Amino acid sequence: MAEHRFRPETLAIHAGQLPDAATGARALPIYQTTSFVFDSAAHAAALFNLQTFGNVYSRLSNPTVAALEERVAALENGRAAVAAASGMAAEALALMTLLGSGDHVVAAGALYGGSVTMLAVSLAKFGIEVSFVDARDPQAFAAAMRPNTRAVYAESLGNPSLVVLDITAVAEVAHAHGVPLVVDNTVPSPCLCNPLDLGADIVVHSATKYLGGHGTTLGGVVVESGRFPWDNGKFPGMTEPSPSYHGVRFFETFGDFGFTMRCRMETLRVYGAALAPASAWQILQGVETLPLRMERHCDNALVVARFLQSHRAVNWVNYPGLPEHPQHALLMRQMRGASGLLAFGVKGGEAAGVRFIEGAQFMSHLVNIGDTRTLISHPASTTHRQLEPEQLAAAGVGPDMVRISVGLEHIDDILWDIDQALLQAVS
Amino acid sequence: MDIDNDIDIDIATLRRILSQCRTIAVVGLSAQWHRPSFFAGSYLQQQGYRIVPVTPAYAEVLGQKAYASLRDIPFAVDMVDIFRKTDDVLPVARDAIAIGARCLWQQLGVLNTEADALARAAGIDSVMNRCVKIEHARLFGGLHWAGVNTRVISATRPAAPALQGSHHG
Repeated sequence: MAEHRFRPETLAIHAGQLPDAATGARALPIYQTTSFVFDSAAHAAALFNLQTFGNVYSRLSNPTVAALEERVAALENGRAAVAAASGMAAEALALMTLLGSGDHVVAAGALYGGSVTMLAVSLAKFGIEVSFVDARDPQAFAAAMRPNTRAVYAESLGNPSLVVLDITAVAEVAHAHGVPLVVDNTVPSPCLCNPLDLGADIVVHSATKYLGGHGTTLGGVVVESGRFPWDNGKFPGMTEPSPSYHGVRFFETFGDFGFTMRCRMETLRVYGAALAPASAWQILQGVETLPLRMERHCDNALVVARFLQSHRAVNWVNYPGLPEHPQHALLMRQMRGASGLLAFGVKGGEAAGVRFIEGAQFMSHLVNIGDTRTLISHPASTTHRQLEPEQLAAAGVGPDMVRISVGLEHIDDILWDIDQALLQAVS
Repeated sequence: MDIDNDIDIDIATLRRILSQCRTIAVVGLSAQWHRPSFFAGSYLQQQGYRIVPVTPAYAEVLGQKAYASLRDIPFAVDMVDIFRKTDDVLPVARDAIAIGARCLWQQLGVLNTEADALARAAGIDSVMNRCVKIEHARLFGGLHWAGVNTRVISATRPAAPALQGSHHG
């Protein structure tokens, strides 16, 4: 008999968390401990040899963090997940596990600014090369592939460019070259898009955004599909004895969650950007209401997009949830909504954009997204200010661009604040 | 391997198999500690299962006398767990049925559908392309701590993992 398949609303509340075995506590206990006792020397040896599963030290695993890991894995329909201290830590965890000196990455140009810096500057220090390509063009990914390419990296929905990735087409390009497609799925969240179901092999999240959803807590998650053929000859780190962990062959030993185990035992263990248990708990409180929140974020954002389109102080609006958006059909094929993120240009360019931001009453000027609060920012002067003009253009960031992360306040109040700030901007 | 490994057999069936079967003959058990069969065998031994090595290569593995074939085992075996190439499974399946095993279990990557049909026709449980260790850890605690999507959704308090078996194996 086949097992019942639970829906995302149920998984968001239950996946990864049974009543506590020790106490029966129904809500998730916070296991605020660095370390876990061994039952015996033999138990310790079995744990260190990975012959049994258990907790040793919270830099490797922790029961509270595990609940978040399994829940996000379940929401993404993935095989396994590993959490990290932030979204950037999760991205680094995935890429540093996949890549080594002399390897090459093909990456979307329309990426979050921090991701561009990681790929173009930080990983370059370790001899990893990157080619940035137009995220709208799967052929551009194909043209940039080299013999030493070991990963393709992109965002399902670009932040703040809102470029929609053709996940299936780009996954085919990556797979034709025997390399995994890594997708940052932060902006849609697992509620609106499941890249693994569309052909991606690894998903990374900044759980700081919609997953946590309340702007309180940093965190990140890496999820693997369990379907990538790591034994295709290009990933000896997955198939040969691990020099950093007792000669374990991760793919042979752990099969379809071998990549997650390698992230955990080789990279997280050594570089140490583990998620704190209290943070995992905070994020999980948010995850329980993710489906409800995403529905309202999407509804509010669509109304805001239409309002901006008709506003005399606005030059352009970029929201792929609008039917006239050039990538709307692609978005609807891959996603169940366009998220609460949109961008627009104020008439009067950069100076008017700054006046809009300073004129807002309750909309908050800060660089986060995916909060209950409506957030506004000017990427060219904040998140993306370290980028060169050509990188800004590649990331789809113009000087007049204002980004809004539409929150959960009443839509009439959000429209009121936007309207009064726009009137100040153009006065 | 297009079968959906997580939903082709329901959790209740797997739980029943792993609870009923206490003596497991591991065909192709290696004595080398980094081999998957050794990982699986030592884990199951720690969880309180009796492991019976079936391999002509060793006299003893995991402290247990090894037998060259299933038919040489002088006591009852509940499960036959197969670490062999798919093409080599059929004679093992025939032996398993002949010695009265109640479950034929083919490990991850082992998918002999003829042997599966043979076992089902003989009225015994049959599992393909799964690891006994991973399924046990998935359903009775442990694998959850490794971040694996166990697909277990329940409001029942599980048994404390530390009490499930001796760790002195």
